[in-house]
Amino acid sequence: MTPRKVYLDNSATTQVDKRVLEAMLPYFSEDYGNPNSLHAWGRQARAGVDKARAQVAELIGAQPKDIIFTGGGSEADNLAIKGAAWALKDKGKHIITSSIEHHALLDTVKWLGKNGFDYTILPVDETGMVDPKELEAAIRPDTILASIMFANNEIGTIEPVAELGEVCRKHGVLFHTDGVQATGHIKIDVKDLPIDMMTMAAHKMYGPKGVGALYVRKGIKLIPVIHGGGQEFGVRSGTENTPGLVGFGMAAELAANRLASGEIDNEMRLRDKLIDGLMERIPEITLTGHRTKRLPYHASICVKYVEGEGMLLLMDAAGIGVSSGSACTSGSLEPSYVLLSLGLDHPTAHGSVRMTLSKDTSDEDIDYVLEKFPPIVEKLRSMSPFYKKNQ
Amino acid sequence: MYTEKVVDYFMNPRNAGKMDDANAIGEVGNPRCGDVMKIYLKINDQEVIEDIKFETFGCAAAIATSSMITEMVKGKTITEALKINNKDVAEALGGLPPAKLHCSLLAQEGIEAAVADYFIRKTGKAPEGFKTNTTCTACGGSCGESAGHDHEEEEETFVSEDHRAAE
Repeated sequence: MTPRKVYLDNSATTQVDKRVLEAMLPYFSEDYGNPNSLHAWGRQARAGVDKARAQVAELIGAQPKDIIFTGGGSEADNLAIKGAAWALKDKGKHIITSSIEHHALLDTVKWLGKNGFDYTILPVDETGMVDPKELEAAIRPDTILASIMFANNEIGTIEPVAELGEVCRKHGVLFHTDGVQATGHIKIDVKDLPIDMMTMAAHKMYGPKGVGALYVRKGIKLIPVIHGGGQEFGVRSGTENTPGLVGFGMAAELAANRLASGEIDNEMRLRDKLIDGLMERIPEITLTGHRTKRLPYHASICVKYVEGEGMLLLMDAAGIGVSSGSACTSGSLEPSYVLLSLGLDHPTAHGSVRMTLSKDTSDEDIDYVLEKFPPIVEKLRSMSPFYKKNQ
Repeated sequence: MYTEKVVDYFMNPRNAGKMDDANAIGEVGNPRCGDVMKIYLKINDQEVIEDIKFETFGCAAAIATSSMITEMVKGKTITEALKINNKDVAEALGGLPPAKLHCSLLAQEGIEAAVADYFIRKTGKAPEGFKTNTTCTACGGSCGESAGHDHEEEEETFVSEDHRAAE
């Protein structure tokens, strides 16, 4: 019997769905034309790109022409923030974001801050939630743009995007949201939400890496970040990554089907089984992020008295793939800024473990993790100078 | 990223745990940085380290270096033990990733702090120049107890050899 392998790092990336791979394959060596060419080869490739755009649009209730394909989520974040800031620089220079954004967002905003713009970084509460009232209070006459993520990658918290977007709309401020972790996993319809721009990434929903998209509501002006041949409505030049986009399209269609069929509910049940099971079995652990307003596949905890990397490696040796926001896993001496933003102290934050489920995670997988994890914690705690057993 | 030896000493730690009858205890590191090492020694009248235990809060490299140094100094006189430096520990483990070299320093200083404690208990003070408890070495001593690690952010510039991003 081969030992069980349980991959619980789906927030980092997911396995490409076989149907996605199958859809992509012809576009490498059969329908290999440049989608911008007029001949049959080009038209074939163009049809693939057009279909993909419609599939991605359908997933979020958008129109195909509102979808700008990019080379991934980070690029889409950069395009949204730099593109909108440049387009609106005569109107104002102030940008608002939150302390728990992805680096693709935070570092872009900070870079703009060094290049003539000004920014405010909003704090979050102990569950990682941004308060719409604080957003409103931060808006100034020269505020042009606010960006608050749809859901956080490290702690799973889903932000009150509808309220945040409403505040922005009321004050005439553009609202962008990084939806990389959320799209394809929770129902999002941009027709019902006051979102002006949203970032998506294929590889977080069983699609290929290096492919993303920015949803841009009609009428919003962006200055390109990548200049060139004028592809993607002139906003993002470069020959289209046809196989990648086709894969993204198929991944989006499959995600839409999963969301419609209620398959996501089972993922949520398994997530809760994992969280509750760990809480029962391991003393002195805390859930990070919001208990209920969280991504359906996301479980993240902090284990007291031990450091994350040790747990990660022992879990790995047991065939379980997880991640950690401890200093040792980040290569710096600071634990994750997201965890510190929640108000956690350093030693607690160093003991973080994130487990993110996939559509294929089974009850048996969760049982296996619940069996393997507690002794690993006990082993590391028995070596920890801070741990006093039965105290 | 880790050598087989590091993985072995992390997965199967030698001399891990507490010691109730230790006559010298050293504790170094800082929980803020994610590394704290506590060394327990039992030193006999000939100043030989008869027994040693460690408790470590830290990453795999921190546990492996603790584990390795306890093996290296066990049975040695304290004078011999103090000659073992961080490079010896890293070498004995077949090398450490650059970001983890500070862990081997922590191991060296853990022994030093425990020996200092031995002299403090015996004579009332530590010999000159000894590392004593509760220093932060994880960051090369650059952080104050409460200052943390808010080092200045470096401006990223384009250096083609390094493939760093142009700003």
